Amino acid sequence: MKVTITVNGTKHESEIEPRTLLVQYVRENLGLTGTNIGCDTSSCGACSLHVNGESVKSCTMLAAQADGCEVTTIEGLAKDGVMHPMQQAFMENHGLQCGYCTPGMVMASISLLKENPNPTEEEVRIGLEGNLCRCTGYHNIVKSVLAAAQAK
Amino acid sequence: MIPAPFDYKRASSAAEAIALVGEYGDEAKFLAGGHSLLPLMKLRLAQPAVLVDIARITDLSYIRDAGDHIAIGALTRHMDVEKSPIVLQHAPLLANAASHVGDPQVRHRGTIGGSIAHADSASDLPATTLALGATYVVQGPNGVREIPATEFYVGFLESALAPDEMLTEIRVPKMNGATWGFQKFNRRAQDWAIVGVAAWKRGNESGVALVNMGSVPVLATSVASAIAGGASIAEAAELAAAEAEPQSDLNASAEYRVHLAKVLVRRALESTNA
Amino acid sequence: MGGSILGNRVLRKEDPKFLTTGGQYVDDLLDEPLLKDAVHVTYARSSVAHGRILSIDTSEAAQMPGIIAVFTGADLALEPVPSAFNPAATRTLLAMDKVRYVGEPLAIIVSETREQGEDASEAIIVDYDVLEALVDVEQAMTSSVHLYEACGSNVVFDSTFLGMPANTGDAYFEGCEVVVKGRYVNQRVAPCPLEVRGAAAAWGPDGRLTQWLSTQHAQGAPAPIAAANGVDVSQVRVKTPDVGGGFGAKIGTYPEDLLLGVVAKRVGRPVRWRETRSESMVGLGHGRAQLQYITIGGSRDGKVTHYQFHAIQDSGAWVDMGTILAPFMTRPMSSGVYAIPNIECHTTSVVTNTTPTVAYRGAGRPEATAAIERAMDMFAAEIGMDAAEVRRINLIPKFMEPHTTAIGGTYDVGDYEESLNRTLAASDYAGWRKKQAERRANNDPKQLGIGVSVYVEITGGVGTGESAKVEVLEDGSARVYTGTSPHGQGHDTSWSMLASEQTGIPMDKIELVWGDTDLVPIGSGTMGSRSLQQGGNAVYSVAGTLAEKAKAVAARLLEANEADIVLDKDQGIFHVAGTPAVSKTWADLAVAEKSTGGLVHSDVIGVTGPTFPFGAHVGIVEVDTETGKVTHIAHYACDDAGTVLNPMLLEGQIHGGVAQGAAQALMEEVRYDEDGNPITSNLADYAFISAAELPSVTVIHMETPTPNNLIGAKGIGESGTIGSTPALQSAVIDAVSHLGVRHIDMPTTAERVWSAIQQAR
Repeated sequence: MKVTITVNGTKHESEIEPRTLLVQYVRENLGLTGTNIGCDTSSCGACSLHVNGESVKSCTMLAAQADGCEVTTIEGLAKDGVMHPMQQAFMENHGLQCGYCTPGMVMASISLLKENPNPTEEEVRIGLEGNLCRCTGYHNIVKSVLAAAQAK
Repeated sequence: MIPAPFDYKRASSAAEAIALVGEYGDEAKFLAGGHSLLPLMKLRLAQPAVLVDIARITDLSYIRDAGDHIAIGALTRHMDVEKSPIVLQHAPLLANAASHVGDPQVRHRGTIGGSIAHADSASDLPATTLALGATYVVQGPNGVREIPATEFYVGFLESALAPDEMLTEIRVPKMNGATWGFQKFNRRAQDWAIVGVAAWKRGNESGVALVNMGSVPVLATSVASAIAGGASIAEAAELAAAEAEPQSDLNASAEYRVHLAKVLVRRALESTNA
Repeated sequence: MGGSILGNRVLRKEDPKFLTTGGQYVDDLLDEPLLKDAVHVTYARSSVAHGRILSIDTSEAAQMPGIIAVFTGADLALEPVPSAFNPAATRTLLAMDKVRYVGEPLAIIVSETREQGEDASEAIIVDYDVLEALVDVEQAMTSSVHLYEACGSNVVFDSTFLGMPANTGDAYFEGCEVVVKGRYVNQRVAPCPLEVRGAAAAWGPDGRLTQWLSTQHAQGAPAPIAAANGVDVSQVRVKTPDVGGGFGAKIGTYPEDLLLGVVAKRVGRPVRWRETRSESMVGLGHGRAQLQYITIGGSRDGKVTHYQFHAIQDSGAWVDMGTILAPFMTRPMSSGVYAIPNIECHTTSVVTNTTPTVAYRGAGRPEATAAIERAMDMFAAEIGMDAAEVRRINLIPKFMEPHTTAIGGTYDVGDYEESLNRTLAASDYAGWRKKQAERRANNDPKQLGIGVSVYVEITGGVGTGESAKVEVLEDGSARVYTGTSPHGQGHDTSWSMLASEQTGIPMDKIELVWGDTDLVPIGSGTMGSRSLQQGGNAVYSVAGTLAEKAKAVAARLLEANEADIVLDKDQGIFHVAGTPAVSKTWADLAVAEKSTGGLVHSDVIGVTGPTFPFGAHVGIVEVDTETGKVTHIAHYACDDAGTVLNPMLLEGQIHGGVAQGAAQALMEEVRYDEDGNPITSNLADYAFISAAELPSVTVIHMETPTPNNLIGAKGIGESGTIGSTPALQSAVIDAVSHLGVRHIDMPTTAERVWSAIQQAR
C-alpha cells in the first residue's frame, strides 16, 4: 500500500507492507537510524518520536497510521547546525552515556515540556515513566530536562 | 516483534467500518489507537487477517456536556480525556484514571473506546467507567443500542460487542460534587495495576470498581451496599473483594490482592478529592 | 597531576553525534559496502528447558516466502565445543542432541527480510523428549539428572577444585559469644542493555571474514570466530560500532555471533543478525544468581571474629563466565572492609536448566558485599547495636600500604572510616534516625528505613595493562588507538583529555580509534572497571613518551640540544628554552618524520596490580506498612575510586550504578516456573527500573589515589552498584525491624515486605 508521510519537513511517498511499523519505516525505508528499537512490548520508549508534534512510540504505530502526518525524528531537531535546547541541555548535563535511549528520551522530554513547561522533579520522573535507560540512572536526564525548562 | 501479514483498510465513517468488518467476519479487527491491539499482534498473540482503521473517523472524537451526563466519542484519546475541562469538572475520577493509563506516549494514541472494547480487566478505564455507572453506545449493521457497563464485560477480554459492532460513545453520569479516589497499585509507574480501585462517594451513595481482581472489571456492590446501609468506610472496605475472583500471577498472589483491595478501597473512599 | 583539563568537568566530544544523528549501532550500518545485499538471520530457539531433541523439521519453514536457507546443527556438521572452565562440559553452537534451557538456539533461518525470518521461525517444528527441568540450584546440586552427563554431576566448578579449603562447619564458631546464621538469595537479574545483541558478517574479496559485533571486547572475538569458521585467526577482522550498553553481558561471544560467518559462507552473501528483546531476555547472559549461607560470630561488644560463607553459584545451562565469578571474585572479597581475623569461604557452581550466567556490573563483588553487609546487620541486630556503629568497630583501619585480609585478598590503599564518616555526615544520618523514631512513636503507617553499607571492591582484576598508540598526523591532529572498548563511558573524551594534557594538542583535534582488531590488535576491552586505570594509563604514558620523542625531533629541526627543548602545551609548539619565537609545531614534526615511519609511539603499559575502590552508601526508603510498598526516597553515595579524571563522568557512572543496584534490591528478578519456563522474558514483565522509582543521588566526593598506576585511578564503573544494593536491602528491613522483621530477601517487593510483617506479628 501507499503512504505519504512528511518526515523532518520532507514529504515521502512510499510503497510499504501494511504491517510495516512506523519505526521500521523511518529506519529502513528512510535510512533515519537515529530512532532505535529497544524492546518488543512498547515498554522502553527508545523508539519515541513526534507525530503531529506529540511524542509517540513508533514501534506501536503502523506507518499506515501515520499516512498524511508530520513526523519529527531526532535527526530533524537541530536547525542549521544549531542544536535544539533539549539536545543542548542533555549535552551540558551529561544526560547520555551509550546514547541508545537518547533519541527517544529527548523526543519524549520535548513533548513533556510542551505539555508541562515548568515541571517539578517528580513530574519529570513520572513524565518519563515510558522511557527506560540503563546507563545514566536517570539523575542527569532529569537534570537535563529541568535545565531545558529553565532555558526557555 | 513484527506482526504477521495482514490487509489494511481505512474507514471514514462508522457505517463503513462496520460494513468492512462484517464483510471479513472474525478475520477482521477494528484499529483505533492500536495500543491494545498492536502489542498483541507484535507478539503474534493476535493475527487478524484484516485491520479496519477507524482512527480517521473524526466525528467520533468529542467530549460534550450532555445535561445529566458527559458524552465522550469512542475515538477520544486518553490524553484528551485527561485534560478536558468538561471531564475535569463533571467526572474528575475519569480524568484522573485516564492520566494513569500507560505513559504519555500511550496516552497520545490510545483511545477510551479502544480500551473499553478491548475489555481487559487489568485496564484502568473499563473499571472506572463501570464504577461511574456508564453506558456504552454501540453501533452495528442493524442499528444502534446502548449497553450499561454492568452488562458489557462478559469474560476474559470478552465484551458484549458482536464482532461487527463498534463502540461509538461512552456516556458517563456527572459526578455532581462526589468525592473520589483512584488508587493504582503497581510495581513501576508504567505498569498495569496489580490491583486498582476507582471509587466515588456522595453521602451514602457510592460506586466502587476494581481493576485486575478477576477476569472482568469488578463492581464492588457489597461495598456500595454497606455504605448505603450506613457502614463506615473502614467497615465497608472489608467487603472489597466480595465480588472478586483475583488470580495469582507473577506480580501478586490472590491472597495479597484481596488484602490490597481492602486497603485501596478504603483509601479511595477516604479521599477528599472532589 | 596538575594541568588545566585533568580533574575538570569536560563535556563529552561524543555527544553532538549521539544527540543529532544518533549513534551508529550494528543494526544502523546501512551504508557499509561489505554488507551490501546482506541477508537476515533469525534463530529458532528451544521452547523446552531440558530435553532430548528427537527431530527438527525445517521443511515447511524452508518453503516460505523469502527464505533462502534453514540450517540445523546437523546441516552445518557442528562439532561439540568444550567450556573454558570445565572441559567435560561440551555443547554444539546449535543444540543438536539436547536442549538445556528455554531460548537455546537450535536452527538458523536465512531470509531476505527480517519479517520473513520471523514468519518462518514459527514454522520450525521440534519434537522433544522432555526431561526433568532443574531450576532450583540446591536441587540441581544433588540431582541424578545431569545436564552434562560427561561431568558426572551438575556441580561443574568448586573452589576446592582449585585447592582452596572447604568450610569447617559450626565448630569454627566455638568460643564466639554471639553466633548468627543467615541464608540469602542474591537473585538472578537481567543486564538489559538498551541495545540487544546484534552482529553482521561478510567475507571479503580477499577471503577474510569481517565481523561487526556489539561487544565490550573486540580482541577477544577473533579466536572463537575463527574456530567456528574453520579459518586461521589472521583471517578474521572484528569491528566494533557504537554499542548501546553491555554491563558485562557483551564481554564474550555467543553462539549466535559465532555462526554468522558460517552462514555467510554457505549462502554466499553477507549476513545481519539482531535479536528481539524477548530473545535477549533468554539469550543474553544473566547476572548474580548466587545462594549464600553465612554464619557470623563474635563478642557482645560488637567485635566480629569469625565469618563463614558458602556461595552456591547458579551457572545456568552452560559453564560460562558466571561459573567462575564466585571463586575468583566473590571469595577474595568476602572479608569486605572488615578486619575479621577468621574467614572461611567455599564456592560451588552448579548448572541448571536456565539461561547461562555471565558477568554483570560488579561480577561477583556485589554478591560478596551483599553477604557480608547483611551478615553485619544481622550481627548488629542480635547484639542490639546500631548498624553504623558495628561497622565502625570492625573496619580495617586506614592503610596506605597493601593490606591482606584473612581470606587472602590484598587491597592497595583504603580509608573506610573516613568514607563512612563523610557519608553519615552528608546524609544527616542522625537526623534520619530521629525522623524514623518519631514515625515509630506515632505508629505512622508509612515508616522510614535507613540502610548503611560500607564496601570495598576489586577493579582492574582483568588484564595487567593495556596497549596504546598515539600518532600525530601531518596536519597536527592526533590519533589515539586504545585497547579499551567504550560503550557509554566516554573514553573518547577521557583519553583525549589525557593525550591533550601530555601533548598540548587540543581535544577536538584528537580522534580515538578502538574496537577494530586490524587497527588495534592488542586489547583487553572494557570490563571490570579497568579502562581508566589500565587503558587511560597507557594513553597517558604513551602520549608522554611521544612528547619526549617529539622533543628529540624538534631538537634536530631546531639544531639544539634535546635538553633545551620545551614543549609549550598551551600552544602545542616546541621551542628552545628562552626562544619561543623560533618554534616547530606538531605538524612540522610529523611532516619531518614522514619518511621514517611517522611521529608515533606505541606500547603496552603495565600496572602494578588491581585496585580497590571503596566507600559508603546510605539509602533511605519509605515503607507503606499497610501494603508493603517500598519507595526509594533518598540516596547518598561516597565512592572513592582514586584520582578523578572527569568528575562529571565519574558521577554519571555512580548514578547508573546506583540505579542498577537499587533495581536488584527493590524490584528486578528473573523468574522461571518449575518447568524452567521463563516468566519475566520481556520488559513489561521484567521490572526494569524507571525514573519514576528512583530519587536523585547525592554524590559525596572522596579521592584516595592508588600507587598502582601513573594516574592514581581506580575504577568507578561498578562501585555504585556494589554499594547501593546492600544499603537498600538493609533500609527496607530496617523500616520494619521494629515490627519484628529480621530478614527479607531481594527483591523486596511489596508482597514480600507485607508477608514479612504478617509473619513477624
